[in-house]
Amino acid sequence: MAAQQVELGSRPVATIRRFRLQRGLRRAVLYLFVTAIALVFFAPFFWTITSSLKRVDEVILFPPRVFPLYPSPGNYPLVFQKVPFALFYRNTAIITLFATLGTIVSTTVVAYGFARKRFPGRNLLFLLVLSTMMLPGEVTLIPQFLLFKAFGWLDTYLPLIVPEYLAVGAFYIFLMRQFLMTVPRDFDEAAMLDGANTLQILFTVLLPLIQPAIITVAILSFLNHWNDFFLPLIYLNSTEKLTLSIGLRFFQTMGGYAETSEPREHLLMAASLMATLPCVVLFFVAQRYFVQGIVMSGIKG
Amino acid sequence: MHAQASLSPPVARRRWSRRTVGEAVEGYLLISPWIIGFLVFLLGPMVASLAFSFMHYSVVLPPRFAGLDNYVRAFGGADRLFYPSLARTATFAALFVPLAVATSLGLAVMLNRKLRGTTVYRTLFFLPSLTPAAAATLLWIWLLHPEVGPVNYLLGQVGIPGPRWLASTEWALPTCVAIALWGSVGGSRMIIFLAGLQGVPEELYESASIDGANAWHRFVNVTLPMVSPVIFFNMVLAAIGAFRVFTIAFMATGGGPAYATWFYMLHLYQTAFRSLQMGYASALAWVFFVIVLSFTFVQFRLSGRWVYYSSETGGKEK
Repeated sequence: MAAQQVELGSRPVATIRRFRLQRGLRRAVLYLFVTAIALVFFAPFFWTITSSLKRVDEVILFPPRVFPLYPSPGNYPLVFQKVPFALFYRNTAIITLFATLGTIVSTTVVAYGFARKRFPGRNLLFLLVLSTMMLPGEVTLIPQFLLFKAFGWLDTYLPLIVPEYLAVGAFYIFLMRQFLMTVPRDFDEAAMLDGANTLQILFTVLLPLIQPAIITVAILSFLNHWNDFFLPLIYLNSTEKLTLSIGLRFFQTMGGYAETSEPREHLLMAASLMATLPCVVLFFVAQRYFVQGIVMSGIKG
Repeated sequence: MHAQASLSPPVARRRWSRRTVGEAVEGYLLISPWIIGFLVFLLGPMVASLAFSFMHYSVVLPPRFAGLDNYVRAFGGADRLFYPSLARTATFAALFVPLAVATSLGLAVMLNRKLRGTTVYRTLFFLPSLTPAAAATLLWIWLLHPEVGPVNYLLGQVGIPGPRWLASTEWALPTCVAIALWGSVGGSRMIIFLAGLQGVPEELYESASIDGANAWHRFVNVTLPMVSPVIFFNMVLAAIGAFRVFTIAFMATGGGPAYATWFYMLHLYQTAFRSLQMGYASALAWVFFVIVLSFTFVQFRLSGRWVYYSSETGGKEK
């Protein structure tokens, strides 16, 4: 830095000015470019929001009008009348809550075992955990479906929740274990001298220390279950049991695609936005953990 | 072992060994949820689906042995949608993976220029990836409506007659790619790239500048090699994701028009859960499994030629 200043000082002022101008210009172009891209990303949301506020006769108006002449926020409550949207919310919340809880509890305990205990075959088993991360789940789909069918679990939430309590999320185990490895063993040993047993060490000593990792896993698992489409599609049938994602599909196809039926795009847009909202709120509340969790997922590469 | 044991005091040896055994038991107990989950939900079903793939099984009737029938049906051309669905999926992946990786990297490079308001930009880029796939697809169906959608309206304003997008046999597949790109380029892939870029030592850029490298040369000769492990990681993940494409096509086109977006997972879903041909669908699942696995394996083998692992960035984690 110092060397640069000395060098600059020896130059004629005009050159410095031109240099600064060029730099400033390049920066301005970059800003314009980034802003343009950001707008492209956001424009679809913008259109969705304005569409969701349009009156039914305005929705399919051509040429389309950007801002509705008669803003109709009543579209939002109307969604709840057309389809059992409150139930979809509740169902998604129940599944997401219990599945996420299962993920946190089981992967913490399993990761603790891998990070702290020595037992024969540990490295081999951990390698197995890692290799299951690359496995496309489709290969186990049909037998799992038949298994849950045999249990009588079809059209219940159990197939979406119970596996999470058996640490099926290999990536989360990996993430937790990596985080536990950064906690010095001194904590464990001090607690052990105080007479704490294995589980007490985990729950009273380590749990507060690995809180960031737990929050990260919770967020990733939440999003995963909230947005899931394929598994709820397979396992849930009754309308009153659907999740938001499948509920959107239900709303989209309800009553067929008849050209003559009244347009419901404004309602579909309102419903889509309402399904997305919790994820966006979560993101803004916990942005730090988001980035941290994603970055940790990239470390293994 | 015996000789060693007799050298140490017997009492101490026994206590140590009891502790070791105790620790091992505790270890196995702690990881037992995973072991059970692995056996019940992974290994068991994998073996079962391999077995089913050699059977005729329609759920209502008990399964009966089919030999290689299911595989012959797929590869022999009796299932007229098998090869097309593979081809559609391959096309999707071939378009999606390079574009997705390049765009995410480009966005990350821009964000890494330490612009003011980076958090705002990052948030805007990230928003689409937070949207549930079902909602994102509905949103794009509406934006790309051939008659009253704003995209075709804007195109019309500049004198371009917009295509019928999802309703056109030529455009449906590229449109699915575009929707998938919008929903993912600013998401976790970009964040991973950003972290990778921040790990590139500043000195490398400085010494490249002193050697007279311009911005493009610095990107090609410093940035690309230094983040190549991240590129590789993201490529593998993007490819696996691309092979599994389902929701967009299921919601937006139902596989059409004229099977133009009949991706492999749609075919599998249709076979297993609509036609209830569980045996044949298991064969399809195993074919899919082998394809994805071998593709990933090939990528790993080829990675040695272009991925550069520097000791500084790779040394810390195990």
